[in-house]
Amino acid sequence: MGNHALSYGAMLSRAQVISAYPITPQTQVVELLSEMCASKVLDAQFIKVESEHSAMASLIGAALAGARTFTATSAQGLALMHELLHWASGARLPIVMGNINRAMAPGWSIWSDQNDSLSQRDTGWIQFYCANNQEVLDSVIQAYKVAERFSIPAMIILDAFTLSHTYEVVDVPDQSLVDAYLPPFQSAFRLTPDEPHAFGGLTSPDHYFELRYKLQKDMEKVPEAVEATGREYEKIFGRYLGAVDAYQVDDAEIILVTSGTAGSTARVAVDLLRQKGIKAGNLRIRLFRPFPFALVRQILSRAKKVAVVDRNISYGHHGIFYQEVKSALYGLSSVPVFGFITGLGGRDITPETFEAIVNYTLAKNQPEEEIIWIGVKQ
Amino acid sequence: MKLSLPLDEYMNPGHLACQGCGATLAMRYVLKALGQKTVLCIPACCWSVIDGPFPYSCLDVPIFHCAFETAAASASGVKAGLEMVGDKETTVVAWAGDGGTFDIGLQALSGAAERNDDIIYVCYDNEAYMNTGIQRSSATPYGAWTTTTPVKHFKDQPKKDIVAIMAAHRIPYIATASVAYPEDLYKKMKKAKEIKGTRFFHIYAPCPTGWKSRPEDTVKLARLAVQTCLFPLFEVEKGEHYTLSIKPREKKPVAEYLRLQGRFHHLTEKEIQLIQEEVDYNWSRLLRLCGQAETQPAAPK
Repeated sequence: MGNHALSYGAMLSRAQVISAYPITPQTQVVELLSEMCASKVLDAQFIKVESEHSAMASLIGAALAGARTFTATSAQGLALMHELLHWASGARLPIVMGNINRAMAPGWSIWSDQNDSLSQRDTGWIQFYCANNQEVLDSVIQAYKVAERFSIPAMIILDAFTLSHTYEVVDVPDQSLVDAYLPPFQSAFRLTPDEPHAFGGLTSPDHYFELRYKLQKDMEKVPEAVEATGREYEKIFGRYLGAVDAYQVDDAEIILVTSGTAGSTARVAVDLLRQKGIKAGNLRIRLFRPFPFALVRQILSRAKKVAVVDRNISYGHHGIFYQEVKSALYGLSSVPVFGFITGLGGRDITPETFEAIVNYTLAKNQPEEEIIWIGVKQ
Repeated sequence: MKLSLPLDEYMNPGHLACQGCGATLAMRYVLKALGQKTVLCIPACCWSVIDGPFPYSCLDVPIFHCAFETAAASASGVKAGLEMVGDKETTVVAWAGDGGTFDIGLQALSGAAERNDDIIYVCYDNEAYMNTGIQRSSATPYGAWTTTTPVKHFKDQPKKDIVAIMAAHRIPYIATASVAYPEDLYKKMKKAKEIKGTRFFHIYAPCPTGWKSRPEDTVKLARLAVQTCLFPLFEVEKGEHYTLSIKPREKKPVAEYLRLQGRFHHLTEKEIQLIQEEVDYNWSRLLRLCGQAETQPAAPK
């Protein structure tokens, strides 16, 4: 299952300090890691904290001390961590975390949508959205590689149940190959009495601005590094991990923009549509933060129409991927962009959902509304 | 003359504390006991300013300035991280004020204590949110003025008994200490350094700015707090073995302590009497816990 893929990813990456608090649908991640630590399969300290807030706080401490760190959470737990997500990136600590996309309460929902992780868009974390369990495992390893290069934390995001609890065959790479790809964490700076410094103290307007400028400048280098580390990964493991996953886009007249497991369903939909003679393609965005502007522009500006599918909403605005795509194309392309919202709170997104989306898009020259709702019960 | 404390200094001149700050004395004495192989985790509190702004620091030990409610969890993480990179000797200290301990940091502290994580947690207590401008905390004593407990409605709840809360966690070592008794503080910190597991210190640290007292009275006030038995010095081992560190020869009236502080100037004789009764009750209760009194004290009115 996707949750165990996260655990194996952390194990293969030789995480040294794990700190976590249970939340449905994340629990199997930490259950398996507890087993791995207890049986010494993984040489790590597991701090069984009393909240997600303390999980992230303790990992910030552990990472500052120079250790490779891992945690996993979901929804309310991620929201509780919010303050410390800013802290981790502001302190430039390459913590890697799994987040299982789960809808925010109320009402209580344990099912998938993306509002939990997208609410953390501006916290300075790298965000990867996964489409299958193999990608979950591979992404953890790649995330450490990228995060540690730039000293920026990274989040691996997977849909509740559709990935977290669904069993798939996953290739678990050889430890020696992973070790070759991902050497031990060598922190550029460290909390140690051997070299006493004060980290994160009072920072006046004379200094703060530049610290944030540097974070953004490094963030801007991440999309290219994801491509490069993805190609390097492919050389060793035979699987490419890029910033986006483009399917049948070369001759596509209509390109769906998707993320997460909706992206793998969209592939099926594209095949079905092509059987009907509709030239559809799918651009699945894997790296959401930093946003891969160049790739998205390059691929989408070829299309006649773009349909962005959001399993999320920014209340009072639009679907969040829709905003991002429009901002990527602004002033550079006149391709009409349609914004669809569907699947909130775990309502299924099926090939028929995409068929409805494509039919709507083909029927109109321009979107008539900022949000086109698919599947709302009237 | 024989020196009662080592000459070693890990705190340098140039800190940003107010005149007469008790929290600076606390830090200086604690570091004399712990030495240079120490890491401090300091959440939002006076000490996050006292240390000096980036890129300066007045301490010779490394500091992790952490989020307000995370002192204990941060220290747990630092300890685990250091151990995983091969440093098993460094003492990891969470250094928080009363707000960061009694209030916002209590959950994380309870978590770390229940896990018995190998850290020393120091609460330097100046009895209010002094860094933000003297707002009441749950460590503020009954009767005190603060900016959120104005004279017309002064704080009418007693101070939270943090030591009892920590003792209920049955951690290996708890001590109260005072900046007026540096030798006692030093001795306890030395002892704690050699113990494994969660160790908790409650250090009384007067604040002239917030208490409206004279800076030169800081040590005098801290001493009076002990001599009036308002803040007794004792140890608790494994949550149940209580040992009194200093028993005043003559128990001074609490009014002597109160009248040196502007924050209590509004109190009537009757209110001072209530405080005296509370102090007497807590003191006899403590004596009983320390095996020095036979009878259960009568609860105050």
